[in-house]
Amino acid sequence: MRYHPLTPTDRADMLAKIGAPDVNALFRDVPKEAIVSRAKFDLPDTKGELDVERILSRFSAQSTAAGAVPFFCGAGAYRHHVPASVDHLIQRSEFLTSYTPYQPEIAQGTLQYLFEFQTQVALLTGMEVANASMYDGSTAAAEAVLMAQRLTRRKKAILSGGVHPHYAETIETVAALQGEVIRAPVTPGEAEDIAAMIDDSTACVVVQSPDVFGLIRNLRPIAEAAHAKGALLIAVCTEIVSLGLLESPGAQGADIVAAEGQSIGNSLNFGGPYVGLFATREKFLRQMPGRICGETVDAEGRRGYVLTLSTREQHIRREKATSNICTNSGLCCLAFTIHLSLLGEEGLTRLSRLNHATASALADRLIKIPGVDLITPAFFNEFTLRLPKSAAEIVDQLVDENIIAGVPASRLLPNDPNATNLLIIAATETTSEDDCATFAQALAGAL
Amino acid sequence: MLNSKGRPTGAGSAQGETFQTISGDRGLDHEEALIFELGRPGMTGVDFPQSQISESRLGGQRRQAPIGLPGLSEPEVVRHYVRLSRKNYAIDSGLYPLGSCTMKHNPRLNEKMARLPGFADVHPLQPQKTVQGALALISELMRWLTTLTGMHTVAMSPKAGAHGELCGLLAIRAAIEARGETRKRILVPQSAHGTNPATAALAGFTVDEVPATADGHVDADALEAKLGPDVAAIMLTNPNTCGLFEPRILEMANAVHAAGAYFYCDGANFNAIAGRVRPGDLGVDAMHINLHKTFSTPHGGGGPGAGPVVLSKALAPFAPLPLLTHDENGFHYVEHHDDVKAGRAPFGRMSAFHGQMGMFVRALSYMLSHGADGIRQASEDAVLSANYVLASLKDVMSAPFGEGPCMHEALFDDSFLEGTGVTTLDFAKAMIDEGYHPMTMYFPLVVHGAMLIEPTESESKESLDRFIHVLRTLAEEAKVGNTSRFEGAPHLAPRRRLDETLAARKPVLRWKEAAPVPVAAAAE
Repeated sequence: MRYHPLTPTDRADMLAKIGAPDVNALFRDVPKEAIVSRAKFDLPDTKGELDVERILSRFSAQSTAAGAVPFFCGAGAYRHHVPASVDHLIQRSEFLTSYTPYQPEIAQGTLQYLFEFQTQVALLTGMEVANASMYDGSTAAAEAVLMAQRLTRRKKAILSGGVHPHYAETIETVAALQGEVIRAPVTPGEAEDIAAMIDDSTACVVVQSPDVFGLIRNLRPIAEAAHAKGALLIAVCTEIVSLGLLESPGAQGADIVAAEGQSIGNSLNFGGPYVGLFATREKFLRQMPGRICGETVDAEGRRGYVLTLSTREQHIRREKATSNICTNSGLCCLAFTIHLSLLGEEGLTRLSRLNHATASALADRLIKIPGVDLITPAFFNEFTLRLPKSAAEIVDQLVDENIIAGVPASRLLPNDPNATNLLIIAATETTSEDDCATFAQALAGAL
Repeated sequence: MLNSKGRPTGAGSAQGETFQTISGDRGLDHEEALIFELGRPGMTGVDFPQSQISESRLGGQRRQAPIGLPGLSEPEVVRHYVRLSRKNYAIDSGLYPLGSCTMKHNPRLNEKMARLPGFADVHPLQPQKTVQGALALISELMRWLTTLTGMHTVAMSPKAGAHGELCGLLAIRAAIEARGETRKRILVPQSAHGTNPATAALAGFTVDEVPATADGHVDADALEAKLGPDVAAIMLTNPNTCGLFEPRILEMANAVHAAGAYFYCDGANFNAIAGRVRPGDLGVDAMHINLHKTFSTPHGGGGPGAGPVVLSKALAPFAPLPLLTHDENGFHYVEHHDDVKAGRAPFGRMSAFHGQMGMFVRALSYMLSHGADGIRQASEDAVLSANYVLASLKDVMSAPFGEGPCMHEALFDDSFLEGTGVTTLDFAKAMIDEGYHPMTMYFPLVVHGAMLIEPTESESKESLDRFIHVLRTLAEEAKVGNTSRFEGAPHLAPRRRLDETLAARKPVLRWKEAAPVPVAAAAE
């Protein structure tokens, strides 16, 4: 086996040093009835690289890659162009095959990029501090609700109907265990009056902008209403590129920002791994979950970085920790950091404008089709159309024409009769003029 | 240091330590500023055209102030991150003996496979008929995981070990509620990973600690005494964090089940037994599998991981959404409660989408490469290597439970350093100067000054012998009072010991532009 350096002679010599007759003797504490033979496993034997490549390539070929067709899916994951240098750099052995930086003297590479990542996240979200990443946007949002419940010592979380339904379910799964989660009604294309739902027992209100239908929300009045009742505003963002063009949640009064960072540096990957962004105000720092990197000095007074404030974390505090999180999304935050460093202020501004312009032109083209209405008046790179027919059926039909037309709202809200004809459509810098023309023609034909 | 003929004996010798360079860089070791201190406004490393946009569709929410990101060209960004990379230790550059972390070789084939477009460039919400290959791959990985563990099914969406623990405990909670019972207490051994009690608390349980015996096992008698009608589960790591297989595991599992509770197994140490022992045969009801440990998906400086949870027949109905099914029309992901078949009652959803697909591909690539025989060989070699390290060091270092064989990791305590003035931390940091990443320190908590060494199956005998020689010599030097190398170690790393107290007392967690110097002050 090409990955195993020990030879039979080595193994015999090592057993002799140990004083064991054979390797089975090392497993002597395992109850005999629990030891199983090779034959018990209905699994194949060792294979060479070539065979493994053949098998996995066959699996790969059985899916339609987004890059192979006109492609318009968003709703929480976005197809962007990732510069070649990003994927090259994250595959440097020293980044790829290192562990969590628990020995800072020999992990300054990881620690410094985490410090840069935290700074970038804080700047983008308009917040004071950020952690070194969560698993993804949805789990970051769930942790944000738990944090708000701890900070306010209140149990009730109110979720806007515009929060991605999968995020809402993820939040409910953990935050309803010891608290209460209330979901506002879904109002596609409109902002509900969530401020009216906030009362003195509300821990937090969770609002996504742009929301799951693509609608840009104004967070300012919600922040004011929440703060007036002693509640916190958690802002969720699933398309982080939008913050190149739109006002940051921090500037609008958010107390915690939970966002999905996949759009910068990371591929679609069928849903993971992604990178959860988590930022908050400095005064809430000690209740922030997850790893945090901080600046310090070494014994010679040189600037360096370490993981810090670990007294919040599970390996120190055990059952009293702020969260059980241990592993984060290290390599995905590196991809995020490198891509954002390449973009810089100028590149991100151009990228976000290009996204909006592309989506806006596509919307203009599609609403010319009779019976098609745009229900999201303000959007970034994703908008929702009301079709005269079931959106799921249209999407299904267009697959036969090699077009992946977007996410039918019914995929996320199967029981909502108002969602049946809604189609959520995203366009990014990867969407070409030809893609848009092909889509418009096919949609017109299908309706 | 000079030899008897007055010649320097190596790097870090007297001359090396005081040698000052003009640049502040030292050969291949470059000092590197933060990205925010580099570049210039207006520069970018990505070329995009300027686009005309109208304000009308932005809802009055256009950003008012600049973000504050620096501008760099591509060569500058590449150089910056290459320089940073060189400040890291990695498994590719040396033995990485972190106990409990399974730092094994990460095959590059797996990286190549994960980047195939049918895995990397598919969207989690594109029509299911267009992702049949991705679903088939997940199904095949599920078959490997359930076969290797002898379990009924597997929940694929948890994104890391601790996330898997939460998934397992929520399934247990749902199963207990379905029986119409309320059970609030979870038994967690003293030697457990910190995530275990943290997860139990997060899932709404209270934690009751089970002591360890003097020989490093969970005290099975104490465990049985603690069982009762309010106990929901036990969270046990097996092999445990002392590197020992629990010999009374079947007895404990039976007692737990007899009390109406469930057996959660922390699968962090599965690499010791994969291909030889099936957790299902040990009475396990739920166990997460760290694909980033046992199945070699890269640790990536702290993530991403993946923590699928195998479940027994009793817990299978409560597995979270989405659920993968298969019928004559192919594979299908059930994403909503209303579409769930009778007899299943998912407890909820762990994350937005299906799980860590990129990690699934890498893990399956590892499994296909190894085969069942190679996986068995890997665990045998991992256990053999740990025992070889233990046998080769136990006369100079102190092994608290050193008599019997260990599993895939060898545990030492700090009693061999007693009276030397050298601590576990000093000893570990001296290893850095010798070119090694230290072992896990001060964990598990059940022994004093713990040092937990997990060599994995990826090391040659020559590599192990060299490592053993270095550790033996360090231990001997400490004992005879040659402690200067330990004082303030490491001496030869990119940084000397870092002030962690300062970092926590005055947190500086992001770069900030220095405040402009007032004109008057600047003039003085």
